[in-house]
Amino acid sequence: MGTSAHTALDARALRAEFPILTAPRAGGGELHYLDSAATSQKPRRVLDAMDAYYREANANVHRGVYELAAEATHRFEAGRDAAARLVNHPREGTVLAKNATEAINLVAWAWGARELGEGDEVVVSMMEHHSNTVPWQIVAGLTGATVRFCPITPQGEIDMDALRAMVGPRTRMVAVVHASNTLGTINPVEEIVAMAHDAGALTMVDATQSVPHMPVDAAAIGSDFLAFTGHKMCGPTGIGVLAGRPERLHAMEPFLGGGEMISDVTTEGSTWNDIPWKFEAGTPPIAEAVGLGEAVRFLEDVGPDRIRAHEKVLAQQMLDALDEVPGVTVLGPRDVERRGASVSFTLDGVHPHDIGQFLDSKGVCVRAGHHCTKPLLRHLGIQSTARASAYLYTTHDDIQALQSALAECRAWFGAA
Amino acid sequence: MGGLDDLYQQLILDHYRNRRGRGRIEGASASVHENNPVCGDECFLDILVEDGRITDIRADGEGCSISQAAASMLTEAARGKQLDEALELVEHFRLMMHGDAEPDEDLLGDAVALEGVARYPVRVKCALLSWLALRDCIAEYHETTATGGR
Repeated sequence: MGTSAHTALDARALRAEFPILTAPRAGGGELHYLDSAATSQKPRRVLDAMDAYYREANANVHRGVYELAAEATHRFEAGRDAAARLVNHPREGTVLAKNATEAINLVAWAWGARELGEGDEVVVSMMEHHSNTVPWQIVAGLTGATVRFCPITPQGEIDMDALRAMVGPRTRMVAVVHASNTLGTINPVEEIVAMAHDAGALTMVDATQSVPHMPVDAAAIGSDFLAFTGHKMCGPTGIGVLAGRPERLHAMEPFLGGGEMISDVTTEGSTWNDIPWKFEAGTPPIAEAVGLGEAVRFLEDVGPDRIRAHEKVLAQQMLDALDEVPGVTVLGPRDVERRGASVSFTLDGVHPHDIGQFLDSKGVCVRAGHHCTKPLLRHLGIQSTARASAYLYTTHDDIQALQSALAECRAWFGAA
Repeated sequence: MGGLDDLYQQLILDHYRNRRGRGRIEGASASVHENNPVCGDECFLDILVEDGRITDIRADGEGCSISQAAASMLTEAARGKQLDEALELVEHFRLMMHGDAEPDEDLLGDAVALEGVARYPVRVKCALLSWLALRDCIAEYHETTATGGR
């Protein structure tokens, strides 16, 4: 596989590497998996790497002096190295967590619960996933801090003027999503981070929906913390990443206590291990880290820039296809330069649950619901949407299948 | 399209398109507002109770065809029932939705058509939303009457 950005990605060829996409299906036909924003499918090489770990190298990490334990530790730490390299971040600042949600909770508790107080403000955007609002609300409730929601424009982008007005001397943390799972919007996080830092606030970027789909450079973004998850980027569930500035992580107390994260434990108290292990209590998800590492190497082989280019084409195809179905309203930006290929929509007269169920009968998998963004949907005055989201293995056939199934769906529910 | 026909029986689509018992009751004896955290659907349920009998029941809110049809069928099945009969009705429906009871058509009326939903675990919550709201609404009624409320 070449890595040149100039040769387009061959999604049809890539599909062959994903067992679930090529497996024979009951009733025949292809699986049109359009829910990669919820979780991606896994290429064979990721499954094989995890399987090989258990078959050849299973031992606990950072403990045994025997060769097998050294091999397990090597494969585990190689997963961390790969994750750090992918987002251009130092390895000592690359903490492995259960998922992006846990990575954000880590910061909310290890930093926020200790540092926030009465009158302090955490600023989030209206389009945040619950994983980047609820932890802050919990910690705010504990400390007397306030969580403020920055509004969005009618085009589905963060209202930068409103954000500028909101971020000030009381702001201690600005936590924003890089790419919205519901609207598809790609936010100008570099600009937001700079604005927050100018005000003396820390920054958290939820890069869950960007790292799998485009080149993400944590150093260029410059945030204090950046979180993403393995299972949306061709890796397994149960592993996520917190890319934190080493000096911030050094200054923070631990999140969870237990084995692995200590330097010394006495009856009087304990001292902490070096970062990143200070934040990794207990036996870590070893096979999952191995799988994450292989997923990163897979993405590097395909090329994040080529994935982004492919998804811009898909996003445009999806917007065009949805526009042709009467009664469909698409959410989020129309310009594919400003959005990803996760497209939420509603269909007049048909509830998203019913859309999802009907499309399933046509072999098309889409998500229906609030996508864990209830403040956003309340703000937009809608209860739920259907969402089709693409990835590197998505083809134009998938989008055509979506379009024709949607047209049939209208007729079935009598919305025509 | 066997599976889909089984789930979306004509009777269900009919109740979805022509909702019975829709709206609110002014001066209701008890009211509840419930939502399905999975999808954000919501249900307002009002009952009017006279001499221990549900003389009127109305459901409002937004939701999918299954939840709306289930609410419509509920208002038909529960109207005129004694409160304890209504609770038995809800319990029977709940058991059917979990595949633990053979449906009693005399008791359920049109709601018997929802039997097929039991095979779609995610949709069971849609069907149950309004029915369990009635259970809570009756509890609410007993609570307010016991404490000398309305």
